[in-house]
Amino acid sequence: MRLKLGVPSKGRLQEEAIAWFGARGVVLARAGAEREYRGTVAGVEGVELVLLSAAEIPGELAAGRLHLGVTGQDLVREEIPRWSERLVELAPMGFGFADLVVAVPAFWIDVTEMSDLDAAAGEFRARHGHRLRVATKYQHLVRGFFEERGVADYQLVESQGATEGTVKNLTAEAVADITSTGSTLRDNHLRVLEDGLVLRSQATLFLSRAAAWDGCRPALDALSVRLGLV
Amino acid sequence: MGPGLARLEGEVARVLGVLRSTGAMMVEPAALQPADVLLDLYGEDIRARAFVTRDEGAELMLRPDFTVPIVRLHMDAGAEPARYVYCGPVWRRQDAGSTRPREFLQAGFEVFEGGDPAAHDAEVLGLIVEALGDAPVDLVTGDLGLALAAIDALETSAARKAALRRHVWRPARFRALLRQFGEGQGRETARRAALLATEAAGRTAEWVADGVAVGLRAPEDVAARVAHLAEEAATPPLAAADVARIEAVLAVKGDAPVALAELRRLAGGAPGLAAAVDRVEARLAAFSARGIAPEALRFEASFGRTSLEYYDGMVFGALPRGRADLPPVASGGRYDALTRVLGGGSGIPAVGGIIRPEVLVAVCG
Repeated sequence: MRLKLGVPSKGRLQEEAIAWFGARGVVLARAGAEREYRGTVAGVEGVELVLLSAAEIPGELAAGRLHLGVTGQDLVREEIPRWSERLVELAPMGFGFADLVVAVPAFWIDVTEMSDLDAAAGEFRARHGHRLRVATKYQHLVRGFFEERGVADYQLVESQGATEGTVKNLTAEAVADITSTGSTLRDNHLRVLEDGLVLRSQATLFLSRAAAWDGCRPALDALSVRLGLV
Repeated sequence: MGPGLARLEGEVARVLGVLRSTGAMMVEPAALQPADVLLDLYGEDIRARAFVTRDEGAELMLRPDFTVPIVRLHMDAGAEPARYVYCGPVWRRQDAGSTRPREFLQAGFEVFEGGDPAAHDAEVLGLIVEALGDAPVDLVTGDLGLALAAIDALETSAARKAALRRHVWRPARFRALLRQFGEGQGRETARRAALLATEAAGRTAEWVADGVAVGLRAPEDVAARVAHLAEEAATPPLAAADVARIEAVLAVKGDAPVALAELRRLAGGAPGLAAAVDRVEARLAAFSARGIAPEALRFEASFGRTSLEYYDGMVFGALPRGRADLPPVASGGRYDALTRVLGGGSGIPAVGGIIRPEVLVAVCG
């Protein structure tokens, strides 16, 4: 049985992952046509490349259908309950940096910390008759963060893209979103709360504890040596 | 399955027989409840604990307990006073890998009636204890009314009391607020120095207007809260002794007569708190009249403060003796405020309790 390594099938994350492996003497390449979602791994015996959507990699690792996979720590923590029982972080890869942050309209001069957001949510509910809406794709992480900070009277609104625009579109009053430089938030007149950092994330090589490892150990050992993990 | 099922069914029938001996009406609320009602009441945290599903447009929640469904049923059609008995499954989400059940039975009894709260509290606990029979449990009781009365007894602004009441069910946040209004007030004022100076100069609206006003929370909402922050900064900090008293009241635990004496001592000089302690005493007397000796009862002032429920008065639990791995066999309490919230302002005093038949069978071995 060959060791299955999952890598994002497109975009910047794929390019950087290929470069990261390449710099360590492991050459990832698509098999044949550009649309082919299988690939080859040169430099180590017994490893098969599987190209798939970055968002699917956490679930495939947790289900054991991939042995190794490259994806963001944010996606793993959001999507896999008690992820550390099923996955191991082998190597943070130094790219794909993303901070999950809580941001509010910049003109809310009364709200600079999470405790302010809680108090403002209480007053908002009393004045507007509904809970203060927070748009996010990361419902699980954000709910846990808000619970830990003791925020009440808020409501999470699912947002699968263009989260920063939800405030202007009046579908949310605040957001919890991924940012790398903060410029998109600023362009949308939003400001990150001083203690509003939910998670710092980067692209990471994960190992699945759930996968069948029989026969794959030699490939893992060889790959680990190549990647400088041992 | 098989003999296990027969035994469980037997226990359910026996428990229901006791609960129905009061002449209460048997009811069966819907398993699927409108999610927005529960979310508005409990907040987003309940999503981590209840199963949510949806059909065209509306989110629905599998009832995580019977309290809200029974109150809704009562508010729709109930005559007063009313007593209800019910038995059925409830559903709770659990963490991945948890061995706690996702579906389990609750058999319960609820009283909707004004008048003497101590008598009704004792009626509920007495009936639950009778239905538990000789199951090996330790009875614990508490009273959220003490925390609320201790907040009310503070000599401070109405805004602070409201903020503390809002977080009474979140102990960590509650402690943080006590600090923020007490010894931490200086730090709060310092971090808002620019804001407070602007407000004092009457220029808040100008500053707010510097930014682009996006979203439904309007510039007036921001200005209103800045005014509240200025009022807060001008309010003297909570006295250290008052903070200490509230924390001491919430920390009281012990055999009921000992706890009562301790509460009595802490309430000295605070008439509102003393009245809440009087209510505890009257309730213990009513328990006693029902055959539940205070000496056999534990009292914990913070009991039930972090549970799913919305209790604001007497709370109780029957904990399996020597079996920390099992959840309470029975639990319940008073939830007058919840009936006001769901009743759109018009409420009715309400108290109730449930037994978990599967746990009862497990503790009886």
